[in-house]
Amino acid sequence: MHPVTPVRTYVLIWLTLTILTFVTFYVSTINLGAFNIVVALGIAAIKMTLVIWFFMHVRTDNPLTKLFVFAGFFWMAILLVFTLGDYFSRAWMPGGKFW
Amino acid sequence: MADTHAIATGHSTGHSSEHPPQLRHHFDDMHQQFDSATFGMWVFLLTEIMFFGGMFGAYTVYRSMYPEAFAATSNFMNPAFGAANTAVLIVSSLTMALAVRAAHLGQQKFLQLMLVLTMIFGTAFLVIKGFEYHEHWVDMKVPLFPGHWAWDGPLAPPQYAHQAQILFCFYFFMTGFHAVHMVVGLGIMTTILLMARKGSFGPAYYTPVEVSGLYWHFVDIVWIFLFPLLYLIGHTKNLI
Amino acid sequence: MSTALQDPQTTETPNYLNAEYGWKSWLFTTDHKRIAVLYLISISVMFALGGVFAMLIRLELLTPQGDLVNSDTYNKFFTMHGVTMVFFFLIPSIPATLGNFLVPMMIGAKDLAFPRINLLSWYIYIAGALFALAAIVMGGVDTGWTFYTPFSTTYSNTFVITAAVGVFIAGFSSILTGLNFIVTVHKMRAPGMTWGRLPLFVWANYATALIQVLGTPVVAITLALVGLERAFHIGIFDPAIGGDPILFQHMFWFYSHPAVYIMILPGMGVISEIVTCFSRKGVFGYSFIAGSSLGIAIIGFLVWGHHMFVTGMSMYAGLYFSLLTMLVAVPSAIKVFNWTATMFRGSISYETPMLYAFGFIGLFTIGGLTGLYLGTLGMDVHLTDTYFVIAHFHYVMVGGMVVAYLGGLHFWWPKITGKMYPEGWGKFSALLVFAGFNLTFFPQFILGYLGQPRRYHAYAPEFQVLNVMSTAGASVLGIGFVIPLVYFLWSLKYGKPAGNNPYGAKGLEWTTQSPPTTFNFDVTPIVTEEAYAYAKHEETHVG
Repeated sequence: MHPVTPVRTYVLIWLTLTILTFVTFYVSTINLGAFNIVVALGIAAIKMTLVIWFFMHVRTDNPLTKLFVFAGFFWMAILLVFTLGDYFSRAWMPGGKFW
Repeated sequence: MADTHAIATGHSTGHSSEHPPQLRHHFDDMHQQFDSATFGMWVFLLTEIMFFGGMFGAYTVYRSMYPEAFAATSNFMNPAFGAANTAVLIVSSLTMALAVRAAHLGQQKFLQLMLVLTMIFGTAFLVIKGFEYHEHWVDMKVPLFPGHWAWDGPLAPPQYAHQAQILFCFYFFMTGFHAVHMVVGLGIMTTILLMARKGSFGPAYYTPVEVSGLYWHFVDIVWIFLFPLLYLIGHTKNLI
Repeated sequence: MSTALQDPQTTETPNYLNAEYGWKSWLFTTDHKRIAVLYLISISVMFALGGVFAMLIRLELLTPQGDLVNSDTYNKFFTMHGVTMVFFFLIPSIPATLGNFLVPMMIGAKDLAFPRINLLSWYIYIAGALFALAAIVMGGVDTGWTFYTPFSTTYSNTFVITAAVGVFIAGFSSILTGLNFIVTVHKMRAPGMTWGRLPLFVWANYATALIQVLGTPVVAITLALVGLERAFHIGIFDPAIGGDPILFQHMFWFYSHPAVYIMILPGMGVISEIVTCFSRKGVFGYSFIAGSSLGIAIIGFLVWGHHMFVTGMSMYAGLYFSLLTMLVAVPSAIKVFNWTATMFRGSISYETPMLYAFGFIGLFTIGGLTGLYLGTLGMDVHLTDTYFVIAHFHYVMVGGMVVAYLGGLHFWWPKITGKMYPEGWGKFSALLVFAGFNLTFFPQFILGYLGQPRRYHAYAPEFQVLNVMSTAGASVLGIGFVIPLVYFLWSLKYGKPAGNNPYGAKGLEWTTQSPPTTFNFDVTPIVTEEAYAYAKHEETHVG
């Protein structure tokens, strides 16, 4: 079973998540071009990591669980990277384009 | 690693010094049962990552194919709804984490309170979603049903009609599947609440609460990604 | 069930079969062994159904003209053959039957980690099968088991949604089985049963379970999108309205390629068990075989594009998919070499399971090597969508997996039922299967090379001789499948009672009685020896 996390920790994480949500929202109102998506998804990734690490107790879990959590995201990445790799590399072919 | 537990303790059957009623017969002890249950839920969440991941992947491909159409559709998304939903879900994750903690510590009243709050926030999420879907319905932006899809007006360049339809479809599928998971989550919470009211949980046994918490947080995480993807990016021109 | 116990020679020692009686004790059981039997019956029914469609296909292909049925009906034949065989027979086969029965016993556990989820997964399988049967009965599906769009979403006039729902549901059965195995192997091994002492059958099922858990959800969402597109007429995969059929193929094959490893890995696990037992020798290169199972599971996720070389996918994607396809053959080859080395200087006997194992090693090797031809970009341009592909995958699926499945059924039949099958008939059917299989599918390599396309009910007249050979072989193969069904059922009542360990095999499952008790072990075993610890004097006896 897990060691008990103090209430303070949970509340702090919640505050951080809420602040990050505001940050995401306001950054989205500024036009950063292609960088908008990087910032938005980057902040989302940070929020996700906080939820997994603290709320879902992965911080105090055994290495096996951590491996499986990592594997899940890694596998989703395989799907995205190899599929998008096809589409993006079409542009390298003579006469080819993304779509 | 916890999975070497079976070898390390090397205990045999026959002893019944620790045999709480919730120990299922095929497990050696409560620790193994808790470990297996939480690990099993993580493996299930793995499948959910791949399920939503497939949808996210398809959506990403279409967004990359049709960036202008996507920019046009983002005019019809309401980030205020999305932000409200995000805030609600994050709070519900806090109350859920506190509920699991309360169960672990045997704080029955606090546990029930946190569970009820979690359910209230979850329901609030669905209500806000309902308002949002209604707004799309009225605005004729629901491609699934003939008569409720129209791509016209100054914000809707006609050459993107089909592509906008596809992107809106993905919007409804992704938020729709997410909402279904929320409904299931509320059902699970109801069950947990009923069990909690019967005093089923305490320091020796709070596995169902922990496992349900994992599920709930996962549904929150999916939304954490849906929010920027669907509502925020490409939205710099029109703010609500 | 109760017939097994009317034999007066088996004094009715309590076992999992006679522990309780009545249909409720079976339909509400949580005993992994009973659930395995439930699966065994169900998938045998689906196998028979898939076999009927195969017969119809081969019947049509006796003559070059499309004269038995019209092309639409023929399309339904090969679709239903593929759907039932892939999703309702091969994917569950060994994990749900032999795996369910043996994995807990092999690791010294009383049951799987989640017995009720195990039962649920069988019910889900049945629900999925009912949808598939409904699609067949209502008129069938003609899209091919691959459901390629936009035909499946827009132009087909058959019951695509019903079939897709059936497959979607069956996918959850597969996911739950995989989930159960992963948690069980991690958390429920007996004291002393380290990862390095696990039987290779357990390693194989574990690797399979990883694939089931990681891949199946993607085909679930893909088929869900197909169904939604078909129902709401949105152009997700329809190019006429901006959709992309290649995206469908990426998502579909992301699962369906690893799916073929779901289908073959457990078979390889069975072969490891059989070869060691009937060579009386410890396996050669245990860690390599165990590692190669994981290697196949992981690399198998990186190669799906080799089904799409000619679709318009980028050539650069074709390059990396082809390279990785070459790589994934390596772990499979390692297994074949190691099994061969295991047999070297072993004390080999030729019981029925070993005959099937020999068949597997030869036929899987041919199937695997021909996969390399198909994985080569230049060659695939000519061979894709021809009968060469069909021959290739039937060599691995039938010559590999089904042969391994039959070998495993024979090997563990005494443990599962407490009865021996008739050995003479066993050997005869094994040879019949081998002969019939080769006669059916080897000509198809030649046909494919010569250019006969797949999924056509008519072909050029010069191909008729080879097609007739193939159909003749199919009849022999069919008989080879039916005979074991008959004598297995016969053995339940009249078979010789088997002892705990009729073959003298190593492994925890053989230490229990046959059939085992409900909780497998009276006392949790403590494992002290390595896997396949056959005594030295048994090993080097040659001739």
